[in-house]
Amino acid sequence: MAKIKLSECKINKIKEICASFGNKPGEAINVLHKVQGEFGYLPAEVQDVIAQELKVSTAHIYGIVTFYSFFTMLPKGEFPISVCMGTACYVRGAEKVLDEFKRELNLTVGETSEDGKFSLNCLRCVGACGLAPVVLIGDKVYGRLTPDGVKDILNEYRK
Amino acid sequence: MKNVNSMQLAFANDLFTIKQKQKMEMINITIDNKPLQVEKGQTILKAARAAGIEIPTLCYYELDGVKLENRPGGCRVCVVEVEGRKNLAPACATEVMEGMVVHTHSLRVVNSRRTVVELILSDHPSDCLVCSKSGNCELQSLAQKLGVRDIPYQGAQSTYRKDMSPAIIRDIDKCVMCRRCETVCNVWQTVGALSAVNRGFEAVVATAFEQDLVKSPCTMCGQCIMACPVGALSEVDNTRQVITAISDPKKTVVVQTAPAVRVALGEEFGMEPGTIVTGKMAAALRRMGFDYIFDTDFAADLTIMEEGTELLGRIDKFMKGDKSVKLPILTSCCPGWVNFFETNYPDMLDVPSTAKSPQQMFGAVAKNYWANKLGIKREDMVVVSIMPCVAKKFECQRDEFKENSNPDVDFALTTRELAELIRQFNIDFDTLPEEDFDQPLGVSTGAAVIFGATGGVIEAATRTAYEIFTGKKLEKVDFKELRGLEGVREAVVDFNGTPIHLGIAHGLANARKLLDQVRTGECQFHAIEVMACPGGCIGGAGQPFHHGNFDIIKKRYDAIYREDAGKPIRKSHENPFIQELYKEWLGQPCGELSHHLLHTHYFDKSNHIEIEG
Repeated sequence: MAKIKLSECKINKIKEICASFGNKPGEAINVLHKVQGEFGYLPAEVQDVIAQELKVSTAHIYGIVTFYSFFTMLPKGEFPISVCMGTACYVRGAEKVLDEFKRELNLTVGETSEDGKFSLNCLRCVGACGLAPVVLIGDKVYGRLTPDGVKDILNEYRK
Repeated sequence: MKNVNSMQLAFANDLFTIKQKQKMEMINITIDNKPLQVEKGQTILKAARAAGIEIPTLCYYELDGVKLENRPGGCRVCVVEVEGRKNLAPACATEVMEGMVVHTHSLRVVNSRRTVVELILSDHPSDCLVCSKSGNCELQSLAQKLGVRDIPYQGAQSTYRKDMSPAIIRDIDKCVMCRRCETVCNVWQTVGALSAVNRGFEAVVATAFEQDLVKSPCTMCGQCIMACPVGALSEVDNTRQVITAISDPKKTVVVQTAPAVRVALGEEFGMEPGTIVTGKMAAALRRMGFDYIFDTDFAADLTIMEEGTELLGRIDKFMKGDKSVKLPILTSCCPGWVNFFETNYPDMLDVPSTAKSPQQMFGAVAKNYWANKLGIKREDMVVVSIMPCVAKKFECQRDEFKENSNPDVDFALTTRELAELIRQFNIDFDTLPEEDFDQPLGVSTGAAVIFGATGGVIEAATRTAYEIFTGKKLEKVDFKELRGLEGVREAVVDFNGTPIHLGIAHGLANARKLLDQVRTGECQFHAIEVMACPGGCIGGAGQPFHHGNFDIIKKRYDAIYREDAGKPIRKSHENPFIQELYKEWLGQPCGELSHHLLHTHYFDKSNHIEIEG
């Protein structure tokens, strides 16, 4: 079995979160939610520590992480890109915009670029349908996007 | 001999039963027009089966003797029609209610059941002709039973990589997601190697991070194979290597057979469970062309000499006030159990006995003593073991059991693989005469036979340790207080005024209970015996499939003790060939040569948290 390598402060943070839920196996989803909020993602080592704290198998934790699409084992990029695939955005060409991001970054949905700069994801409706199609990069909203505009936007962050 | 703990337990059990009876409420239901009085709170499935009405199942799995149940209600094969209810009800997960009217084979039920099976088959490979589970597959027999002659649903089939470990093969393409393996792994063994992962069509039963089984906490006990209704989990097949070795004139092939094999092998040839086939098995092995037909039981007697001496040594030191001595001593015969404590109790690696398992002791004796006697090199000897176990395949491949990369035991075959070989060699097992093992490594006592059942190792050790410790002859060799199929048992045996506390567990969840008590110092035992499988090795994962029928395990259990009772010598230290082996070669039990050849050490296989610098 692999040895877990994590910094002491990270381990302590995970233990603290587990303890705040009474180290109860039934709180696994809440624990994972909070830990992902803290680290941005749930790498294998982190799941190992959570499993040990909650006294459940790592396979069980991994089962939960892979079942819920909200949980991710991949780190998000410095600039997380989220393309809205809600109905309004979709009918106004979100898919073409997404394809352009994929092509430009050479990433598939859910992946993070090797330099850690960009990650690409989809989401459902950000409540800005009037601006469809909408893309979020970090907290910044880009509306009425066309595939032609993708490169310019990415260049803002590539500097 | 008194046995306070089990008496208390028996009393508590009685009280429990009385209370249960008071609580038990009977209700009236009708199944297939048959009025029945059944216990409230039961499922339709259990009520029907108790009344002799069979409802087919697939994901449902029960091993009632050890209170193990898998009831996800997921496959829908057991659906029945309940009058007044709109949809069909899964019989395994629906409780009976007063006045309930159930139909188990109405047209709607039969059609629905067949559709369910057709849908399962639409995502299942149809390579039954070459599947290792063919003939023992529950899905195959279900399809036959329901008259499925066509798979009308065609579409994508899920694919997954094959995972090969030294003992267990996972072929997830065949998985029907019944989760029986997951329940056995997590509930009965508390190993936690398997879990359902991913979602929807991608869902599979896998290890954490979908690593290979060898990198997971899997103990290789193989109980998942026993639980698997299809061929998704199976043992590594070593039969071809064995046939090749037998037909190689340059090789001397020695075979050893574990105690539990002789009470189960007959089942593969249609015999009643519990039929003892020791003599026929020896005859079959001889006809197959093995050069020496020896017995793991011989090595079991040897194990008792080594482990018993080690136990008495520890007790002696402890009584003289040596606080560094580790008690209880834990048995180390079961390879699943060894893997389990190496993974889960790395802080207690000095507690188990250092004695090798009988399989490995035999290998060491064969390749050092016997090869030397024959005047052949160890490389020219092939040792094959016939085991009720799949973890033995893993054990014989451990590096510490090799010399210059030549293993002490070359191949471990399961009982099922032996049956397969016997069939391949066209041997009519039924008409074989009863033959004996070869001397000297084929001679054993009754104490060795009972190694195959839970409680047997500790009883065998007690028979020898008692005589050595007290210096008196043991008149009654049957220690009934150590027997039984309760998951955790405790007993106190009186060693002529010194009470010796013994613990027994079968199943790793039960072992964990005892081990946790030992770790906290809550419980003081002198010795604990652990076997990973239900009922001990007789319920091992290499045995003929029992499909959850615990009566089969019980019959094998009784047969083991019948075989013991029929043996002229029933104490390991009285085995004349064991005495001879010490005189001629080994010297003393736990002596220098024993220490080198018959003892081992353990490794920390836990998942450490290392703090990054």
